[in-house]
Amino acid sequence: MTAVLLGITFVSSAVVGLVNMITVEPIAQAQQAAKEAALKEVLPEFDQTSKEDMLIDELTTTVYTASKEGVVSGYAVETLSKNGFGGEVRLMVGFTTDGRIYNINVLQQAETPGLGTKMTEEGNNLITSVKGFNPAEKKLVDGRLAVRKDGGDVDALTAATISSRAYVDAVNRAWTACKNAVRGADPIPATGATPADAVVANDTAKEPVAQEGEKNE
Amino acid sequence: MNKLKIVLNGIIRNNPTFVLVLGMCPTLGTTTSAANGMGMGLATMSVLIMSNFFISLIKNIVPDKVRIPAFIVVIASFVTVIQMLMQAFVPDLYATLGVFIPLIVVNCIILGRAEAFASKNTPFDSLLDGLGIGLGFTLSLTTIGSVREILGSGAIFGYSLGIADKMPLIFVLAPGAFMVLGYLMVLFNKFVKK
Amino acid sequence: MELSYFAIIIGAIFVNNVVLSQFLGICPFLGVSSKVETSLGMGAAVTFVMAISSVVTWLIQQMLVSFHIEYMQTIVFILVIAALVQMVEIILKKLSPSLYQALGIFLPLITTNCAVLGVAILTIQKNFNLLQSVTYSVSIAIGFGLALVLFAGIRERLEFEDVPAAFKGVPVALITASILAMAFMGFSGLV
Repeated sequence: MTAVLLGITFVSSAVVGLVNMITVEPIAQAQQAAKEAALKEVLPEFDQTSKEDMLIDELTTTVYTASKEGVVSGYAVETLSKNGFGGEVRLMVGFTTDGRIYNINVLQQAETPGLGTKMTEEGNNLITSVKGFNPAEKKLVDGRLAVRKDGGDVDALTAATISSRAYVDAVNRAWTACKNAVRGADPIPATGATPADAVVANDTAKEPVAQEGEKNE
Repeated sequence: MNKLKIVLNGIIRNNPTFVLVLGMCPTLGTTTSAANGMGMGLATMSVLIMSNFFISLIKNIVPDKVRIPAFIVVIASFVTVIQMLMQAFVPDLYATLGVFIPLIVVNCIILGRAEAFASKNTPFDSLLDGLGIGLGFTLSLTTIGSVREILGSGAIFGYSLGIADKMPLIFVLAPGAFMVLGYLMVLFNKFVKK
Repeated sequence: MELSYFAIIIGAIFVNNVVLSQFLGICPFLGVSSKVETSLGMGAAVTFVMAISSVVTWLIQQMLVSFHIEYMQTIVFILVIAALVQMVEIILKKLSPSLYQALGIFLPLITTNCAVLGVAILTIQKNFNLLQSVTYSVSIAIGFGLALVLFAGIRERLEFEDVPAAFKGVPVALITASILAMAFMGFSGLV
């Protein structure tokens, strides 16, 4: 009796292990492809990126510094908020070198269909309120972006304040991370590109995250 | 046409959703749109066909006492296989269906069919039963998903019908799930199940 | 507004009620909820099992991660939960016959309650620490019990109503659940 059960368990685990070996590569590729597509969408033209992880408000945030022909062309920040209506809201936020938000891509969300999910649509309230702006130019509450209901000037999604707050929370985190990434050289300059060497020197001087690698989702 | 009857039985007379009332969690949770419902139905069907077939193969070597644990191990393995395949090849659908994919393990339909059919019939018949019940489940989920998508977001399989603004969103939200399933069941009782 | 324990508790009980907005544990919700008394028993049993299983599955997940076999999660979790339920049943029988009498008949039903496995997986996905996991699981279970008891209260009355034939049984229960879910949507601004 025990032997049969043991046998079945053994065969089953072997099969699962085998399939895992086969699929581990395509899964990684699919995730990589999704990430690259998101990077392309939120950044101005670039030919290579370097990445670094940092911890902002206890959440792992990844900054991709994009450069074209050796000159930094923008920063993409992959970050998240845990305050979504249906769990985590994960965003890729692109910044230009002068600190403006170039574009935002929603990597992952589990918000209410038809309400919070509007954040993934083209030209929704949230993205149109922040796209093209340097967050510093917006109406800030305690130095952070906020939806109108909380005193800021970001338009929330209709009937989805919680989702909107989570979105804005993630954008704030991305902004902080982006500022951290450029700090040391000089704060995000009002005009002109950050000198490339300053950013290179910057790459080594970040607080590293304890755990290596990114979380899979 | 005995074989065909096994398949048809699963779709109508033993329809898992409307007659057996099994697997309610994914039925309610994943049918926010026609495509999601169909995806969940197909994923469940794949697991059901494989587990039914395999359990029927091993039914004679498994002692009665450890039957259930053995079945659960088999089902859980197939679910994990499907989970990994979906993650690799349809990552978007996988992300949408979320926690309901691993939860196929505890879908009463699968263990129920293993007990009621696969452990008593030949592997080929069990495979057909899995196909029939799986199709019935997929069909029900797609129907519920379509109704909710049309009523709630004015679209079908993602194609907008241009009436989105006039539609009550509530059908895509939680209460709509219960309500649509409830009324569809009434219609089924009235016109199909005699 | 980081995830404080208070937010976890209120969120799990009311805002994201496990039955009425996450659709987990529907089977016992429709099956066992015809009487308030049995609903209370089921709720208590689920709370008990979830509290223990959240600790165990959390620890096991750490082990799976350290061996790099996270993909075995589903198989391991379901077996552990099934074994755990059996063990709880045996231990209760020995230690506290009175508690066993109250909860005993519900325990075998819990293995197939997808809320238990679902919550175990969700806590892992949410990256909770141990204490947060336990808080979350217990709150989810309380939310489950609450939905069950409320629903049973309504169904007890419904029994005496003259329902059209085609609506009898599950359909009318689902429609009632729909109205209850609408009521719970009112909580959505809370956290």
